[in-house]
Amino acid sequence: MNQPLRKTYDAGVKEYRATYWEPDYPVKETDILACFKVIPQDGVSREEAAAAVAAESSTGTWTTVWTDLLTDLDYYKGRAYRIEDVPGSDDAFYAFIAYPMDLFEEGSVVNVFTSIVGNVFGFKAVRSLRLEDVRFPIWFVMSCFGPPHGIQVERDKMDKYGRPLLGCTIKPKLGLSAKNYGRAVYEVLRGGLDFSKDDENVNSQPFMRWRDRFLFCQEAIEKAEAETGERKGHYLNVTAPTVEEMFKRAEFAKEIGTPIIMSDYLTIGWAAHNSLSKWCRDNGLLLHVHRAMHAVMDRNPNHGINFRVLAKLLRLLGGDHLHSGTVVGKLEGDREATLGWIDLLRDRHVKEDRARGIFFDQDWGGMPGVFPVASGGIHVWHMPALVAIFGNDSVLQFGGGTLGHPWGNAAGAAANRVALEACVQARNEGRELEKEGKDILTEAARHSPELKAAMETWKEIKFEFDTVDKLDVQHR
Amino acid sequence: MMTVQDYPSRLSDPASRKLGTFSYLPEMTKDQIRKQVEWIVQNGWNPGIEHIEPKFAKSNYWYMWKLPMFGETDVDAILAELDDCHDANPGHHVRLLGYNNFTQSQGANMVVYRGTAV
Repeated sequence: MNQPLRKTYDAGVKEYRATYWEPDYPVKETDILACFKVIPQDGVSREEAAAAVAAESSTGTWTTVWTDLLTDLDYYKGRAYRIEDVPGSDDAFYAFIAYPMDLFEEGSVVNVFTSIVGNVFGFKAVRSLRLEDVRFPIWFVMSCFGPPHGIQVERDKMDKYGRPLLGCTIKPKLGLSAKNYGRAVYEVLRGGLDFSKDDENVNSQPFMRWRDRFLFCQEAIEKAEAETGERKGHYLNVTAPTVEEMFKRAEFAKEIGTPIIMSDYLTIGWAAHNSLSKWCRDNGLLLHVHRAMHAVMDRNPNHGINFRVLAKLLRLLGGDHLHSGTVVGKLEGDREATLGWIDLLRDRHVKEDRARGIFFDQDWGGMPGVFPVASGGIHVWHMPALVAIFGNDSVLQFGGGTLGHPWGNAAGAAANRVALEACVQARNEGRELEKEGKDILTEAARHSPELKAAMETWKEIKFEFDTVDKLDVQHR
Repeated sequence: MMTVQDYPSRLSDPASRKLGTFSYLPEMTKDQIRKQVEWIVQNGWNPGIEHIEPKFAKSNYWYMWKLPMFGETDVDAILAELDDCHDANPGHHVRLLGYNNFTQSQGANMVVYRGTAV
């Protein structure tokens, strides 16, 4: 008769690799998988560093404890199962780690990340650490809540098909009175945009309290809808100092019949955001999600969390729109990496694709998709490239590129709408937008004085700084 | 210095009402409509036609012209149905749809004959 393996208590510090490095481990469908980019301290081997990350982000601590023997650690532990070179780097390597399903609470994005990006990021054995990608198994995906409505439902609710949606962030960011602010909203909506947006830091300051802003903006929406016959929305920002206050504002937004609200999922916290997302589904409001603070985590190529992970976790937490970078505007964004995470936001199944920085296949099951939002430093001349890059299922937001029009907001909005529709029409006709963009816009401007003026105003503007967070490719 | 131009949209002016995708462009020519029909066919979407009296245009539910043309790939046949719908419903808005049954949505939706604004 086989005896169960007898373990004995042996106090002291052991090498992590003895327990947490398992190159032969067969990955399970139910495992949560993570890929970290690791730069170990001098003198620490790759295997030891990878095993240390696996240990510290799962069951391990720095020394053996007797209570380890009361459980089946071989079942509960995370394991480093693969190590790969990082192209273009001598110091860094990728460590692949598998975590068994029992380590995590169902439906809790908070719990997953408290584990896998917890203490380990301050751990001394590694010089720097970056979470590049996470594979969420289907059991976890379907235990999360997901977008309150998703792309298809939003299109039906807003009655907009066959093109990207158009938005605009109201500027100046801070300082307008509620009535003047509502004026700016009304003008862009009557001019042809689908949405306007509160800036992320517009909450409820002394110059414009939230309730006044909500009421004036709602009047602007209703007037613009009556005038244009189209459905309109303004992302009313319900981000607030407390959860109770946030829901008070959300309830008021619902009471006045507004179609969409917004929050900032990183600064309000994921638990608060998850609750708000559920509330939005229960109450029929769309949820626009801003990502203030993301660059603190995702910009350093060697330390932090890649945005593709922050995008995936937002889809799990729930949101109908998420800012995803523009590729072509004023803010950071590598083209291939951006294409990767916009697929992760929208598609049902995404294949591993290292050329886009995607390390794992990801099955989203029945979870709806999120609209990626391109916003920041873009104007009509960027329109052909934006339509080509983002496709129909996106929201293109022109702030300065609408409000900075020499004839004002309505004309700026009309210019963007004409440019967008001309690009969509041309694409459908089989024309190549990124090659023929100038001709397409010039033709469209012949019947739109607003577009012609916009093209004259912005033709010189370019943003050509190099991207800091590039994909890891051999470039030496 | 460029002279500032007024934006002439008015509640009192029915011509200010817009009709979704492509309504900020000039009305399409026959040739342009053909290319959009070809786009729908190329994508494997099911063409459909709807129409409405302009004063009820805000409704989600316009009148369906017959049934969506499931599996129809003959561009001329689709164009002929558009014309039939237009002839049978003078003054109505007539729109062309491309139903995408995989996304449960419409890949295309555009008004190809604009009715008389009211």
